Amino acid sequence: MNNPYIVLPVIFQLLTSVLLMFFWYRVNAQRLITIICSIISVGIATWLFKEVYQNGILTMQAGEWQAPFGITFVADLFSTTMVLLTAISGMAVGIFSTGSIRNARLKFGYFPILNFLLMGLHGAFLTGDIFNLYVWFEIIIIASFVLITIGGEKAQIEGAIKYVTMNLLASAIFLTAIAILYGLAGSLNMADLSIQVAEIENRGLVNVVAILFLVGFGIKSAIFPLYFWLPASYHTPPPAISAVFGGLLTKVGVYALLRIFTLIFIPDEFLGNLLIVLACMTILSGGLGAILQVNMRKIFSYLIVCHIGFMLAGLGIYTELAIMGAIFYLIHDIIVKTNLFLASGLIFKLKGTLNIEKLGGLYKKYPKFSLLIAIPLFSLAGIPPLSGFWAKVFLIEGGYKENEWMLIGFIILGSFLTLWVIAKLWSEVFWKDAVDLPKKINVKYFHELKPFKRWAMVIPIILLAGTSLYIGLAAEHIIVLSKQIAAELINPTAYLDAVLGIKSQTP
Amino acid sequence: MKTLIFKTASTYLLPLLVLFSVFILLRGHYLPGGGFVGGLIASIAFVIHSFANGLEQTKNLIKFHPGFLMPVGLCIALISGAAPLFIEQSFMTGLWFENPIPVIGMVGSALFFDAGVYLVVIGVTLTIIFTISETL
Repeated sequence: MNNPYIVLPVIFQLLTSVLLMFFWYRVNAQRLITIICSIISVGIATWLFKEVYQNGILTMQAGEWQAPFGITFVADLFSTTMVLLTAISGMAVGIFSTGSIRNARLKFGYFPILNFLLMGLHGAFLTGDIFNLYVWFEIIIIASFVLITIGGEKAQIEGAIKYVTMNLLASAIFLTAIAILYGLAGSLNMADLSIQVAEIENRGLVNVVAILFLVGFGIKSAIFPLYFWLPASYHTPPPAISAVFGGLLTKVGVYALLRIFTLIFIPDEFLGNLLIVLACMTILSGGLGAILQVNMRKIFSYLIVCHIGFMLAGLGIYTELAIMGAIFYLIHDIIVKTNLFLASGLIFKLKGTLNIEKLGGLYKKYPKFSLLIAIPLFSLAGIPPLSGFWAKVFLIEGGYKENEWMLIGFIILGSFLTLWVIAKLWSEVFWKDAVDLPKKINVKYFHELKPFKRWAMVIPIILLAGTSLYIGLAAEHIIVLSKQIAAELINPTAYLDAVLGIKSQTP
Repeated sequence: MKTLIFKTASTYLLPLLVLFSVFILLRGHYLPGGGFVGGLIASIAFVIHSFANGLEQTKNLIKFHPGFLMPVGLCIALISGAAPLFIEQSFMTGLWFENPIPVIGMVGSALFFDAGVYLVVIGVTLTIIFTISETL
């Protein structure tokens, strides 16, 4: 069905950034606008989700240029779920930033750029054109380059060099892949490509293109041999920025992988096995890396890598059940990872360090905060009935039905490693006796902040913790949702019909 | 570069180049030209002026910070892109006035979009160049 308003989430983010740019030096006005606009954007995303959930897939042809030729925007259930999750994490990060980011950074345009980043994310989820997807990826990485370097501390610049280099490389590979695909199929519309690619006789070349896409998105989503840039850069910027990076930027790579490999390239045996091996290695390397680290944000960065493996595993098994597990994991992971990075920001403000060997006694001194932070931590470890548990159940069940014993072993190992890391972190940071830390002059501690800023840092964490509790305790809703998404992904006829109309019915 | 020839030339080049940039802007859509090139030409006009007369002179000439043109241009582009939404058409659909306006020709939402791009390009280029020449 045609609905011109599905592009509203993107337009609204752009409007917000333009509005914020008019208040370039007036940071308090920017704070107010950010809070109001981020709440409205969650409202818009909810409206879109409801609309798609009730009426099925909605499309929009930009400039009324019809489907295979113009740029199509498609809002199916998967896209709108991602848009909703992005809006929720975006709101949390926006509100958190009003409390935690220094005025000096805000005067360099932190909030407008953050909203440009969110606009790019919304666009990437909603577009139905593969070249347009590339453009949204560019908007995302350019905005993220600014965010990662804003403030210009030495560590930040060092992290940024690795981040920028790898991401530019990934973009180049992605663009090459699009070029070859266009040469092969003569189309850029993803629904049209789905039909065209299936008819190409030269399967070898199609597989090569598929691998190029895998490498391009693999760098962005940090899968096994290509993940080194992530733990080297994500701990350098301020916590609010790492939260949006850790929660959303790698997931947009996973989204693209799920989209491309269910719609355009259906994995054959070789590709399926490759994905499974990569998933196993990603889980192993991320998990082992996390054990070694002492910086809390580095631990979380390695855990991101580890858990990307779970989602890749679902794609590798390629049954409805496994993909459903991957989708459930994706939904859970966005909220939890964003929340953990925000929580690490809160801990830094409380104690002035993130080294888990130096931290301690948090439970004794701040019991309420500890309980709050326990929710995302234990959700991440997958302790039942919290949100991470359900996703893994479906992934393991999906692997079991396809006799993927090695993969099941690695998923269990990965969960065990995560549990170990989280248990270590909990005992070190929260239960161990506190040591007196030297007071740092350049850190503004939590108790020195104004009440507004304190609440601005705590409320988003409560909000996201509530969301992950909802995902865990009301799992039946999320299961129904992810089952429907998985069914749509495995059998894309509804998607093709919505985009191309009558054309797909005449084979 | 404070030579008399360059300085004199720059005073005449500035209005000529700005006029030419507007011509290029209006020429766009069906012929080569448009907002991006037009904006570049307009900013070249100011850059030449600043080379000949010094940065302060050019800043006095423009009166406001060129960075301000960025949100203004984005705003115009956004509104012209989103205008079709108000009559339930898709984002970025071209809406045209029925009768051509003398000198300018056919006017539609594409022209306003280009005008937005024009302003953004001037704003970005001048901000970059002014910032670099300030730190030199």
